[in-house]
Amino acid sequence: MARKSHVQTTINGEAVEFLCEPRQSLLEVLRDELYLTGAKEGCNNGNCGACSVIFDGRLVNSCLVLGVETDGKSVETIEGLADPDKLHPIQDAFLENAALQCGICTPGFIMSAKALLDQNPNPTEHEVRYWLAGNLCRCTGYDKIVRAVLDAAAAT
Amino acid sequence: MQAFEYIAAKTVSEAVALLDEKGDQARILAGGTDLIVQAREGKRTLDWMIDIKSIPEVNVLDYDAETGLTLGASVPCHQIYAVDAICEAYPGLVDATKIIGGTAIQGRAAVGGNLCNASPAADCIPPLIVLNATCVIAGPNGEREIPVEDFCTAPGQTVLGKSEILVSIKIPTPLQNSSSYYLRFIPRNEMDIAVVGAGAAVVLDEAKQRIVSARIALAAVAPTPLFAEEASELLAGKEISDATIDEAAQAAQAIARPISDMRGTAEQRTHLVGVLTRRALNGAIQRVRDAA
Repeated sequence: MARKSHVQTTINGEAVEFLCEPRQSLLEVLRDELYLTGAKEGCNNGNCGACSVIFDGRLVNSCLVLGVETDGKSVETIEGLADPDKLHPIQDAFLENAALQCGICTPGFIMSAKALLDQNPNPTEHEVRYWLAGNLCRCTGYDKIVRAVLDAAAAT
Repeated sequence: MQAFEYIAAKTVSEAVALLDEKGDQARILAGGTDLIVQAREGKRTLDWMIDIKSIPEVNVLDYDAETGLTLGASVPCHQIYAVDAICEAYPGLVDATKIIGGTAIQGRAAVGGNLCNASPAADCIPPLIVLNATCVIAGPNGEREIPVEDFCTAPGQTVLGKSEILVSIKIPTPLQNSSSYYLRFIPRNEMDIAVVGAGAAVVLDEAKQRIVSARIALAAVAPTPLFAEEASELLAGKEISDATIDEAAQAAQAIARPISDMRGTAEQRTHLVGVLTRRALNGAIQRVRDAA
């Protein structure tokens, strides 16, 4: 077994330290070491987007980032989105639009939507659909998700 | 995932020395969107990942209208299409960077990594070939440069020696009245691997009626991406017409030697080479004509 590395990073605005093996993905570190279980493991190969997080300002699949790569960087996950007393507007819009059923894909969709709205506050439906193409949902048929993201954009 | 050690190299010479020291079970890590999957699925055995993303030279993204583009080996796709001058100068390359994976993949995946992964279906390679790109390679004996069309040698195999790394890709400044185009056929709208890909670059005369020179390249129809040399050369000096474009498309079909697999049959792929070559050429020509 490889030696564990000591990693210092920032997660949802807070300084975090952890030990991990090089072979542990950021997703595994989040879930198994830091107990941030919002990001989900779907395909574990970059196709489904259930593990989407924002890494140094960019949307990534956390299953395709090594935990050790986050040293000195910053990570945003679904856990950092809501204020203690109110949901993030994207979360509200997902609830209002019933844009989820089983919910496994939802944290990934919301982080992906956040990354989109951070850089493009007023996307067209076309832009939303292309941006979210790397997030798979097997329940909703996507339409409600797209409407929720457009509503969140209009509300903010 | 299999156990391995990780180290972030700080300089090109350090990365080269590490490769030399760690032997052939060491792999270079850039965006990781291929390597991490291959390591996890056991398709590559490795005992070291050498992260090159802290090395300044592999992060360079520099476009200069005089000298052209220097594209560091680990620059992710999203950085490329964020630069307007690059979108204007090399639209064929930008076409490819926008269709590789989805947004999250484009946030990490590098053009240099796409090249080093050496998939026959790599979307970035045909545009690099048609844009006359060269690879800057560093090794124990210094640097060397080779054209992109000579870089891949077999599926997953490249000319890189045991202790060599790809540092950057250089693309010359586009000529007057030139443009480029890349497209692929996939059965979905997004998030898929090319059944066939085709790239074209053209230089037109002042009147934009005649082809001065052209380059065509293909993906997913041979063990490596192909430069369609004969098809490209027969266009030189020709008046633009459907017949001329057809002739080039047929010449491109003639060099395709596809396999049949789950993505498509050899027959379908050969047919697609014709269709996509025509569309890539017409797309590049249209871009020249649309330019002010």
